Amino acid sequence: MAAELHIDPDRNPVVIVDDLHVKYRVHSSGRLARVGRKLVKRNTVKTRTVHALKGVSFVAYENESIGVIGSNGSGKSTLMRAITGLLSPASGAVYARSRPNMLGVRAALLPTMSGERNIVLGGLALGLTRPEVEARTEEIIDFTDLKDFIDLPMNTYSSGMSARLKFAIATLKQHDILIVDEALNVGDRRFRKKSEERIRAIKDAAGTVFLVSHSMQTILDTCTRVIWIEKGKLMMDGDPQEVVNAYTGSVS
Amino acid sequence: MSSEDSSIAAQAKALGLHRVGGRPPFFRYLAQTWARREFIWNMAKFRLVSTFTENRLGMAWLVLQPVFNAIVYGLIFGVLQGDARPPDYPARVVIGVFFFQFFRGCFNRGARSIINQRNLVQSLAFPRVTLPVAIVLEELLSALPSWGMLVVILPVMGHWPSVEWLLIVPVIILSTLFNAGVALIAARITVHLQDMTEIIPLVTRILFFTSGVLFDVGRIFDRWPWIVTIYDFHPIYQMVQLARSALMGIEVDPLYWLYFSGFALVFFIVGLRFFWSAEERYGR
Repeated sequence: MAAELHIDPDRNPVVIVDDLHVKYRVHSSGRLARVGRKLVKRNTVKTRTVHALKGVSFVAYENESIGVIGSNGSGKSTLMRAITGLLSPASGAVYARSRPNMLGVRAALLPTMSGERNIVLGGLALGLTRPEVEARTEEIIDFTDLKDFIDLPMNTYSSGMSARLKFAIATLKQHDILIVDEALNVGDRRFRKKSEERIRAIKDAAGTVFLVSHSMQTILDTCTRVIWIEKGKLMMDGDPQEVVNAYTGSVS
Repeated sequence: MSSEDSSIAAQAKALGLHRVGGRPPFFRYLAQTWARREFIWNMAKFRLVSTFTENRLGMAWLVLQPVFNAIVYGLIFGVLQGDARPPDYPARVVIGVFFFQFFRGCFNRGARSIINQRNLVQSLAFPRVTLPVAIVLEELLSALPSWGMLVVILPVMGHWPSVEWLLIVPVIILSTLFNAGVALIAARITVHLQDMTEIIPLVTRILFFTSGVLFDVGRIFDRWPWIVTIYDFHPIYQMVQLARSALMGIEVDPLYWLYFSGFALVFFIVGLRFFWSAEERYGR
């Protein structure tokens, strides 16, 4: 199976996903079962194994922004978490040039701290120096349109505001690998345009961006390549328009 | 690591790609952490400042809380012990409680340092050890005012500042190393076993009442000399006794300096290694 993976010698690979299998062990709660004539709940806790990714392989190169599409529960987020290293493979492996940063839909970075402190601490965590962060704080505040809210704790932000700020912080540093897992969907149209621009800028500066989205328009506007995942398997990998057409054709 | 993908693994390596979920070598990890020192410092500072601003008495609590603790526990244990109370009891209690407070803060809050910042850990790539270290730094900074208060409190109890007081500096340095080691170990174990967040406060409470913070080990365990011997190798007791010997001149076996330095270094180094060796698992 690993043989089908081909590395283009003329391009610089950033991420190699090699025959990746991911399995979850989940505790399933007791099922309803009939005992005699009564419907009772069995309290036995069973573990069930969910085979979330079944042998996904591909190579991502420099200057690529890769859209990841598929229906809900197809394994897109699992793949992103495996690339980040938050999930360990059952078999196969992921190789990456650097440790990726991932923007998910989850809540604030440091919920009780102000937006501004999140910018400072996020930037420092990414390895910038204090003067570097300070020099760019204004720019971030402009970019996110959060001028009036920047001194409020981040847990008071709406999901859109929080997503904007997180995106801006994560893109403070020129990345090798940035994973955006549906984090832009909550932003408004204006912000979506700006963030798409920024993703293109990262891609152009020898980075690789993975973008999980259900908005085919966003995918087509930003991505140079699209991967379609269904039921844990790689269905298609290639030109955005072709893959998006095949995907929309399959669900309609 | 199956053999079938060994060729891909070899190619990836040749191209400068690392297996995701691996960790950098120990010394490179330390270098990466050192490069994040501004992050550690600002994290500690911001959090400390935000605790001031939330409460009306603000920074005063950094002093008031340990003082109240010392008064309450000192009185209760003072009455309970009756004649077994050691001489110079109030000074002993104040020093003991203030130094124990530093240990307790590092242990309790260090344990939660990863699981409480899961969002940050899952989003951004940075050496995770910075989080427990920031907690230890924050606890150190918040202990400084209470230790400063000792300059006022101890003369009232008849202990005037002397050159020996300078010995408190190495005690503080060693305590910080020891507490950091404990915090690192606790932070990792808590990631594996969340129940630790319930267990550790219990452990610190037991340690508070058993580590000789509020009583004189030699007097209380008079009839069981083997227990007294155990205390000779009790790092928290050593910490408290060394602080007392520096500030109030009580007699302490000079070997305690050696023992506690050993404990501090061993806990710190083992803690770093132990925390580092699970680096890829934090955030899962």
